[in-house]
Amino acid sequence: MSGRRLGRGVAVVGAGMTKFGTFPGRATRDLFVDAFQEMRRSVDRGIDPADIEALYVGNYSSDLFEQQGHTAPIMADWVGLAPRPATRIEDACASSGVAFREGLIAVASGLYDMVLVGGIEKMSDLPTEQVTDTLATAGDAIYEIPAGFTFPGFYAAMATSYMDRYGATPETFMHVGIKNHDNGARNPKAQFGARIADIMASKKARAEAKGRPVPQWADEIEFLRDERANPTIAWPMRLFDCSPISDGAAALLLVAEDLAPSFSDRPLHIIGSGQASDVALHDRSDLTSIRAAKLAGDQAFAMAGLGPRDVDVAEVHDCFTIAEIIATEDLGFFPVGEGGKAVEDGRTALDGSQPVNTSGGLKSKGHPVGASGVGQVVEIWKQLRGEAGERQVADARIGLTHNVGGTGQTCVVHIFARRF
Amino acid sequence: MEAREHNGTSFYAYLEDNRLMGSRCGSCRALHVPPRPLCPTCYGDEMSWEEMSGTGELVAFTTVHIGPTAMIAAGYDRHNPYCAGIVRLSEGPTVSGQIIGVDPSDPESIAIGTRLRATYVKRGYDTGTFLAFEPLD
Repeated sequence: MSGRRLGRGVAVVGAGMTKFGTFPGRATRDLFVDAFQEMRRSVDRGIDPADIEALYVGNYSSDLFEQQGHTAPIMADWVGLAPRPATRIEDACASSGVAFREGLIAVASGLYDMVLVGGIEKMSDLPTEQVTDTLATAGDAIYEIPAGFTFPGFYAAMATSYMDRYGATPETFMHVGIKNHDNGARNPKAQFGARIADIMASKKARAEAKGRPVPQWADEIEFLRDERANPTIAWPMRLFDCSPISDGAAALLLVAEDLAPSFSDRPLHIIGSGQASDVALHDRSDLTSIRAAKLAGDQAFAMAGLGPRDVDVAEVHDCFTIAEIIATEDLGFFPVGEGGKAVEDGRTALDGSQPVNTSGGLKSKGHPVGASGVGQVVEIWKQLRGEAGERQVADARIGLTHNVGGTGQTCVVHIFARRF
Repeated sequence: MEAREHNGTSFYAYLEDNRLMGSRCGSCRALHVPPRPLCPTCYGDEMSWEEMSGTGELVAFTTVHIGPTAMIAAGYDRHNPYCAGIVRLSEGPTVSGQIIGVDPSDPESIAIGTRLRATYVKRGYDTGTFLAFEPLD
């Protein structure tokens, strides 16, 4: 495929995010202010917010989660950007990955020199069953939801197809959760700062303190197979295969590449961008791969003039554990059918040959759906600048983000490089 | 056949009569289930209704333990899970539907490739009829 080119280069010169978690009493706008302020502090040479020309913000459904529509101008107002143009993008869980691409296109076009890109979601005000209903509106409300599908259910169906074709088992998926919890324990912004082993230890301690029989799990897999400890949500996806209900916000500052040195000593250059759409899950000929992710990845790699082997660190959309395995195959990190074995063999671990989801991923870092795409870029910002602390991948030069909306009806992929 | 619009309202109206219906494109002859007013392949918009045999096979499935409020209202919960699946019809198209007549509490007993036939279910929370499938044998 011949790569499309941007009209001009664009760089990220600032990045910030809230911790992801559940924050009663704090509205989306409060979270966005925190992300914005951290973004401002991250700009090496400082910025004057008056220079920001527009806001693009990803938000899945404040309408249903918080009874608040029309969120973009409110976010702009709360960070002092009114009356500049403010645009909300809704593409389910890919909302802010697509907002990032729209901000990129706006600067690359020459219309703006500096834009703010945000991602926001506040999910935890609703009870779980209403969150389930709200997430399900990202599926087809006429033909899929009446069959009883939920979001865990859609990915679980992909998992059964994957198991049937490639001989994977539910245990294959559990390795993704163990790995991502290991990484999230090294990320102070992660919702779950605990490894699976830590969670097992605290459950044993609690049982002992209450004088109840202390569960004896031989290892993490035995714990994850225990229906009481790790209940089935939609078979074969159990609780620890699913990303949590989360609140959070993230913010990025994008500038024209030739202006980047005025703001940052260590900017991230956006060297590849791709996006694609697809039909409802039941209309696809193959449920073991996400076509839109492959297409978005192909476009981004072609623009960058790079291939999967060149990627040092990747944040992929692990809304469910099966999704990470499929993502690593769709992006070409591993041959089809071998993504499961790759995680079992530790190849996607922090010290593996192809580190994936060093932040803890959506599974452990949290998944405030409209904030997740920008949150992925925040992790790549930290990794390429050498600021990822205990989870730093040595000498990471090329990073990739892969953000999926719904069951893959929207996919957006970006590739980043450092040149310092 | 009746001049019903090729849309979801008509699809569900046919389900009330225990009929699973699709749209046949008059230009390229592609078959679309669920129905559509515009053929996404050739852009033909002369659709005619075609009744499916209702037989097919299971392509993918899940058993849902934590359901949406509508299925909770229909009596399902973690102690009474249900199965949802994707079914390839004998005529070719693939559709979503509830899978009944299997044991959702034992998902490993449910096999991809199982031969199914369409059935039409009421759920109590709604006056509508929903598409479901059950094993042929």
